[in-house]
Amino acid sequence: MANEPRPSNRLRKLIDPHIHMVSRTTDDYQAMANAGVVAVIEPAFWTGQPRTEIGTFKDYFSCLVGFERFRASQFGIKHYCTIGLNSKEANNEALAEEVIELLPRFAGKEGVVAIGEIGYDEMTKAEEKFFRIQLELAKEMDLPVMIHTPHRNKKVGTSRSMDVCMEHGIPPSKVVIDHNNEETCKEVLDRGFWAAFTIYPKTKMGNKRMVEIAKHYGSDRVIVDSSADWGISDALAVPKTADLMIASGLSEAAVHAMCYANALAAYGQSGQMKESDWLDASAIDRTREFEGNSLLRGGGPETAEDSRIIE
Amino acid sequence: MSAQTLLLDWLKSRLAPDAFAWLEEKAALLATGAPEKTVSIAFSTSLRYSGKAPLGLGSADLQTAAAAIPGWNPSDWTCDQAARIFLLTCLPADAASARIMDRLYETADVGEALALQKALAVLPNPDGHMARAREAIRSNIKAVFEAIALRNPYPAALFDEVGWNQMVVKTFFVESPVNEITGIDRRVNPPLARMLSDLAHERWAAGRAFSPQLWRCVGPCADDRGLEDLKKVLSLDAPAEKRAAVLALASCPNPRAALILQAEPALAAAARAGSLTWENI
Repeated sequence: MANEPRPSNRLRKLIDPHIHMVSRTTDDYQAMANAGVVAVIEPAFWTGQPRTEIGTFKDYFSCLVGFERFRASQFGIKHYCTIGLNSKEANNEALAEEVIELLPRFAGKEGVVAIGEIGYDEMTKAEEKFFRIQLELAKEMDLPVMIHTPHRNKKVGTSRSMDVCMEHGIPPSKVVIDHNNEETCKEVLDRGFWAAFTIYPKTKMGNKRMVEIAKHYGSDRVIVDSSADWGISDALAVPKTADLMIASGLSEAAVHAMCYANALAAYGQSGQMKESDWLDASAIDRTREFEGNSLLRGGGPETAEDSRIIE
Repeated sequence: MSAQTLLLDWLKSRLAPDAFAWLEEKAALLATGAPEKTVSIAFSTSLRYSGKAPLGLGSADLQTAAAAIPGWNPSDWTCDQAARIFLLTCLPADAASARIMDRLYETADVGEALALQKALAVLPNPDGHMARAREAIRSNIKAVFEAIALRNPYPAALFDEVGWNQMVVKTFFVESPVNEITGIDRRVNPPLARMLSDLAHERWAAGRAFSPQLWRCVGPCADDRGLEDLKKVLSLDAPAEKRAAVLALASCPNPRAALILQAEPALAAAARAGSLTWENI
């Protein structure tokens, strides 16, 4: 069957440190687990439709620390999240003020590994204001920061994001700059920040290009993610990129760093994400799983030997 | 001894001194009516001081607990739950605190939700927490459902019949261990027996298995259809089911039950003698 784990996948461990699982199906979780993904980080972001009420933010954050975490656990995947007000919705200033009031209630919760994703969209004054307020919150909570770099005017926006972090006295070692490309990554790495690359069809980074970047810059402080969401994206972008990297001659050690260890080191600085979280977890038993629920009652998606039969 | 005193006592011997000092400091703040934000952040961050190790209470401690509060069974509590529940017991015992706890529950992560539900075993002002308890019965996070449904005296003491019956039926539905529901035999009632009999028929039609403990709640209130069901189960070639039917029939006051039981004299005798029980079917 398509989702059968290949022998090598049973051994390798991968982390997707940026993926919006609220938009994904259980089929994705199943395929990710089979492909070797052991942990994911789900950054708080917008959800396609702009929100107009504070309650929808509250319920969204609650979902990230509650139901989504538990949904992932059924597939043996550890789910972490980041909490923050995204730049796009920072432009609704009245609502943004209310969201900022709400953030401390969530930032200290178990499994919250960073403040994020924050930064710029259009680089408006409102975005700047709420970006800075949240950098102060990160300092106060002693949490790393995940920076979303803008799609438009990316190079300038990326530089400015780093400048503002430095102005607030946040060390580059605690900041992941995400959605890099060939034009931005040199400055990010030179300045000592973590450089994350989003393998996202058509708009961000392709995995062939990613292989070339890895060959050129090495694996130090480089992180691969999918940012898979409600758009045309790929929940298996990290496993597929790891495969392509190996096939292209990159070393196992380099791939391990970019697709697992660097994300763990960066976000592990929160004290909320440890390798033992998934290495010590007992094998998933769908009937007695600690955080189990009824989603998989009946045995899960792969019980029937004949895939046309639904039991 | 109060639940609060016991919790503090257990935590003292399990937490590092600085972690315990943090907890006592927050407890003092909360007792004087701290702002909601302080309560919320203390409740969330206490995990960093308590850790998540099992509380691991011995039988003497468990006896003390049950003596302090009837039905209190913290045998599966962890240190984070004990610390969070201790903090909740420090809040003033009034409606305002119950509303604060409702809002904590609305934004709770899974660990916090478990603590808020298990706390119902010991919190004062139990009526003020009913909506939150009923909400957890609707949760599709099994651990949250079990935190209120299993080893928790709150539902048997306070749920109305509709709430109780939904909880018991859902326990079968999600395949949680029914024998761990506190007060399961005390709260049997005819509508529940009918609902469970319906569930059994549904499962038979679908060819799906279900726990034979189901008959435990049917037996004492079995009507004619319930007795027909039990007669059928008694004739099955399935040892656990057969024993369950015997126990259910033995608990039924209807004289027809005793007649049906004559088909299994040895098991019926074991049920009467107490050597066959719901714990060992």
